[in-house]
Amino acid sequence: MSILVIAEHDNNEIKGATLNTIAAAQVIGGDVDILIAGANCGAAAEAAAKIAGINKVVVADNAAYEFMLAENVAPLVAELAANYSHILVPATTNGKNVIPRVGALLDVQPISDISAVISEDTFQRPIYAGNIVATVQSSDRIKVMTVRTTAFDPVAAEGGNATIEAAGGVHDAGVSEFKGEEVAKSDRPELTAADVIVSGGRGMQNGENFELLYKVADKLGAAVGASRAAVDAGFVPNEMQVGQTGKIVAPDLYIAVGISGAIQHLAGMKDSKVIVCINKDEDAPIFQVADYGLVADLFKALPELDEAL
Amino acid sequence: MIFPLKIGIMAPPKLGAVLYLHPVYSSHSTTYQGWFMKILVAVKRVADYNVKVRAKSDNTGPDLANVKMAINPFCEIAVEEAVRLKEKGIATEVIVVSIGAQAAQEQVRTALALGADRGILVKTETDLESLAVAKCLKAICDNESPDIVLLGKQAIDGDNNHTGQMLGALTGWAQATFASELNIDGDSATVVREVDAGLQTIKIKLPAIVTADLRLNEPRYASLPNIMKAKKKTIDNTTPEELGVDVAPRTTLLKAEPPAERKAGIKVEDVAQLVDKLKNEAKVIS
Repeated sequence: MSILVIAEHDNNEIKGATLNTIAAAQVIGGDVDILIAGANCGAAAEAAAKIAGINKVVVADNAAYEFMLAENVAPLVAELAANYSHILVPATTNGKNVIPRVGALLDVQPISDISAVISEDTFQRPIYAGNIVATVQSSDRIKVMTVRTTAFDPVAAEGGNATIEAAGGVHDAGVSEFKGEEVAKSDRPELTAADVIVSGGRGMQNGENFELLYKVADKLGAAVGASRAAVDAGFVPNEMQVGQTGKIVAPDLYIAVGISGAIQHLAGMKDSKVIVCINKDEDAPIFQVADYGLVADLFKALPELDEAL
Repeated sequence: MIFPLKIGIMAPPKLGAVLYLHPVYSSHSTTYQGWFMKILVAVKRVADYNVKVRAKSDNTGPDLANVKMAINPFCEIAVEEAVRLKEKGIATEVIVVSIGAQAAQEQVRTALALGADRGILVKTETDLESLAVAKCLKAICDNESPDIVLLGKQAIDGDNNHTGQMLGALTGWAQATFASELNIDGDSATVVREVDAGLQTIKIKLPAIVTADLRLNEPRYASLPNIMKAKKKTIDNTTPEELGVDVAPRTTLLKAEPPAERKAGIKVEDVAQLVDKLKNEAKVIS
């Protein structure tokens, strides 16, 4: 068996989600190669070579791959796929954008969001917003999958010494073009990498009130998330959304404030180790998954919490 | 040259009638496929998003007995976007397609009531995998030659997030997934996408695939007159076999189980007790 992991990177550094995906590959077993598709991505390739337990770093360095446009990257991966039994990518927006296109090019049924490896062809994955865990067996010759990163502990980013080789042709479909990106700058940790997350919901009432959460978060070194309701209402931007169709997180501590606990939100955070909720409605469904629930007005409780930390 | 001014009566927002002009000088008309822009929208019948679906007691699959079914919320957003493009005079025809059992005709009707012009039902009694669905849609694209295919980014049953991207591969068309804003300009489209880092803007050539994210729009409710009108709209029936699509499954569902339950927690009295528990019992803060 030979597995290709498509790295999530910014041409300079490897993103943490890649390390969880490599861990999933190692559970399957066999040689694990990493693909760095990008432009001027030598630094990312060198960082990848240091990851523990990697066989080989495969680099496709071309302007066509700079922004991971699926129309260009999918044919590259499909070309390289002949050498592999499995192709894995983290279930990030990039991974989800590219991998089904790879699957269709290879005439393979992709498998999304695997949360456990049962054997080389059998995997578990959540369906119905995580209310059901499906065990799925694939009969395709190549298994093409996205990995739920919260389900696998990351491998060490250092300690390896893999060879780096260029591979793959240039695939520039010429049908799509990157125009720009609006990225919020924050000194707080990234949601998917944070040990502690403080999230706000509709109960926050407006964007300004999120300041109360930021204060508490900064005391805890936490990332700040939000429910869909808070994002839809325009309180905070989309990248803060935790849930079935937003980010999936599993920190050591998740503090849900003013969040009722819709199925779609729970799907994104119920694997957190410790869940706390603060809500004035004691019947809110969030209390059913919380280890510690506080029935209180958040506008009173948050300043108190800020004070107590 | 024939003066290609088309005047027709369409459903207005209030009573249901907007005067609809589609002159030759609209932005895309002189550069792209004459004066017509066709949009194909794919919709899926799924369990209503408010229902907490559980595994059957014998763990063979989801228990959907007596569950309220509805149009997948992301598909509904895709329909709304297509209808708005038509109302703006950018699109000329909106075709809605669903692939599923006979009952999926209800979701096609719902889309017609929201403003789609005609429907296609690809009838199959088996649950198709996304690869087979994408192949059916590819066959329909071959027949209909749409300029844009709009889909939901994922269906809330399987949570796969596959079909749009796979259709992109099969057609060779550009794809813009997770769209929160769509602007058509001649033979291309500019799309804002919701990505992990924030918002990304890409430009894609038409024909193209666009998958809808939550904030692309807020779907309207179908008005009673439009629901009545939808009953008269055409729905063509076909099957995967007629479309020449091999739907043999590639995966087998071995088991469908409930997830591990969290053990019940406690309610704390106040913030002080909460902080104490987090420090000394859970030991997650110091």
